Amino acid sequence: MRPVRLSVVTAAAAVAALTAVTGCADKTDAASGGAKGGDGAVHVTAKDDSCTVSKTTFPAGHLQLAVENQGSRVTEVELLYPDGRIATERENLGPSTRATVTAEVKAGTYNIACIPGMKGEGIRKKVTVTGGTAAKRNPAMDAAVNAYRVYAQAQADDTLPKVKVFTDAVRAGDITAAQKAFAPSRVGWERTEPVAESFGDIDPKTDTRADGLEPGQKWTGWHALEKQLWQDKKLSPNAKALADQLDADLANWQQRVGKAVITPTSMANGAKELLDEVATSKITGEEDRYSHTDLSDFQANVDGAQKAYELLKPIAQKNDPALVTELDKQFTAIDQLLAKYHDTNSSDGFLAYTKVTAPQRKGLSDGVNALAEPLSKLAAAVVK
Amino acid sequence: MNETSPQTPDPDDGRDQQRPAPSRRALLGWGGAGLALGAAAAGGGVAAAMSGSSDAPAPTSAADTGAAVAFHGAHQAGIATPVQDRLHFAAFDVTTKDRAELVQLLKDWTRAAERMTAGREIGGGAVPAVAEAPPDDTGEAAGLKPSRLTLTVGFGPSLFADGRFGLDGRRPDALVDLPKFPGDNLEAARSGGDLCVQACADDPQVAVHAIRNLARIGFGTVAIRWSQLGFGKTSSTTPGAQTPRNLFGFKDGTDNIASTDTALLGHDVWVGADEGPGWMTGGSYLVARRISMHIEVWDRAALKDQQDVFGRTKGEGAPYGGTHERDKPDLAKLPPASHVRLAHPESNGGARLLRRGYSYTDGTDGLGRLDAGLFFLAYQRDVRHAFIPVQQRLARADALNEYIQHVGSAVFAIPPGVRDKDDWWGRELMTA
Repeated sequence: MRPVRLSVVTAAAAVAALTAVTGCADKTDAASGGAKGGDGAVHVTAKDDSCTVSKTTFPAGHLQLAVENQGSRVTEVELLYPDGRIATERENLGPSTRATVTAEVKAGTYNIACIPGMKGEGIRKKVTVTGGTAAKRNPAMDAAVNAYRVYAQAQADDTLPKVKVFTDAVRAGDITAAQKAFAPSRVGWERTEPVAESFGDIDPKTDTRADGLEPGQKWTGWHALEKQLWQDKKLSPNAKALADQLDADLANWQQRVGKAVITPTSMANGAKELLDEVATSKITGEEDRYSHTDLSDFQANVDGAQKAYELLKPIAQKNDPALVTELDKQFTAIDQLLAKYHDTNSSDGFLAYTKVTAPQRKGLSDGVNALAEPLSKLAAAVVK
Repeated sequence: MNETSPQTPDPDDGRDQQRPAPSRRALLGWGGAGLALGAAAAGGGVAAAMSGSSDAPAPTSAADTGAAVAFHGAHQAGIATPVQDRLHFAAFDVTTKDRAELVQLLKDWTRAAERMTAGREIGGGAVPAVAEAPPDDTGEAAGLKPSRLTLTVGFGPSLFADGRFGLDGRRPDALVDLPKFPGDNLEAARSGGDLCVQACADDPQVAVHAIRNLARIGFGTVAIRWSQLGFGKTSSTTPGAQTPRNLFGFKDGTDNIASTDTALLGHDVWVGADEGPGWMTGGSYLVARRISMHIEVWDRAALKDQQDVFGRTKGEGAPYGGTHERDKPDLAKLPPASHVRLAHPESNGGARLLRRGYSYTDGTDGLGRLDAGLFFLAYQRDVRHAFIPVQQRLARADALNEYIQHVGSAVFAIPPGVRDKDDWWGRELMTA
């Protein structure tokens, strides 16, 4: 976690917030738009194994989706921008319920997704909005952003149950079980941290360290519990409340991760930022100073950076093949280096960071520099 | 650098001449400052500036004009070049096993050094056209003058060991691992290194910028093992200038090799064609030692004791028995354990080092003591006949040992200069 960050992703978060607000506001004046209600509405029929859309081409303007869940499971319906970002959505639609979803759309290719069970990418239908003068998009970039968005969502979806193992143990007062579940509960978050941090309100609640607190700020999140579990070696009376809060904050993150504004550039810079995280707080052992599970976070940061890179690689390959060669080499090198610190006897699979010697930390730092320096050139190679 | 001729000098040049050579006497007459620790009075590194007669007006300090020192030449700049004010010295480990990558790094470094020593930004500069990428040049030297920046590269013994890069057979016999000297308390994290870069400049920001950018270019191929900042070479350009003082307050390097004394340089500094592998011809050997000073203890020592330790007076710097700093020391009149007596060439079979050290202060240690000392840099033709015997004598008996401790150590083979735009550091080593 970083206290303050003005990254591309963070700046984009403000835009995301505005978009969300607009989406809500649209509901009130949906009747006055182009593709307005009544016969103008697009009917979406969601079933457990299908997603039917009444028309796949409609004009730009205010769009109304008349949704009906004919399936047996709770579902979710989303309208996705060409870059995979959620334009609007409706969650928790029980079987046999109807709802109306509205959004303002410009020309372009959108997806309507029905997500039975509200997990994963769902069943998608491509729709075309005509008219207007929206800039042409690079399909390769859209594909990369879309895939990364799916990845970020999957990481969040995967994290919640693991966090619950951790928080359940805390609530049960089982220190040993909680210690064991601590590092695994952080992996998905650490893999997608720049996206998580783009929601400026979540990160301070979940991933702040004691020295990152502002005056008057209540210390919540993983590290507050980490201190109780390892340093205090007993859970304080507020531990249960902290566990509940962590569950709630991360559920909030899971709900919103799909709405983050992600661009190819922010993906590339996000990958670099993950390495920055490693360089500033993992190498020093500051991040997990009580549990010393820093190497687990380290690996997760590298994994997340590698995912973003792999998705952008087809674009970078065309613009800067030498950079791709170098990055392939350095990602392999850092993974091999981390593999030396695997420890099958530990709950997170890695040696405690206190057992990593100063020269070994220097070697890890050298490896991070070797990777992060070329990785800092990825964004330029993508937009070139 | 001083050499204006791109040709390799005759390795025997001056070797048979009597010392002191005429050129050295001329310098003495010129004001004596030329004998200061590398701090030849012109300060400019421009040969023309050095040829002034004794009554010529003092030339404008190149340090003030911020002039550039020529990068190309038979010898690397930064050895015989008049000592600049500031130092950033870095030792690197080579992290790649691929010889081609090492070669590419040396080429990349050479091209970057050509630009930086000329006061130019590297690559696409500090403010490139593409805003999505970090700038090639880190930018903190933008707008600053070249400030006589010199960059000097060396190769450590470890580069030639264990079959690395197929260089085992190319290691010069003279590139020995230094023996452990009595009293050494060497820290691994301040010692050794496969490569070194010495950056000297009159502006500390320029020196730091150079090392920072070379390190950045090198990430993935090399990693900084340790580095050291230095200050304290404030050589004056006026005749009669004072020899710089070390942190013990004593003038340091009174009888150093002058940067213009080609005879002495040829005799004691530059490696000849018949000495070891051909790739070292025109090169030199560097010993770098971080020498910690027990500052507070020294400051409580009586003046007489301080002077006895050096064998010279503190104010004038005159050897015991003499009245002026430049008076030739009569070694018999110096205390037997005094530093000057033990270190003097006459006590060491004529062994002579071109010293280029800097004071350092890395703030204070956890006990509130000044973390300070001398970052000793000495260039020589053969370590086995210069630094090693001198240091063995000093480590055994030097009265100064009570106040100092050697805490870092490294030795490097310094290849000859980069001849022209097509040449690169270490080309003869890596391609022959």
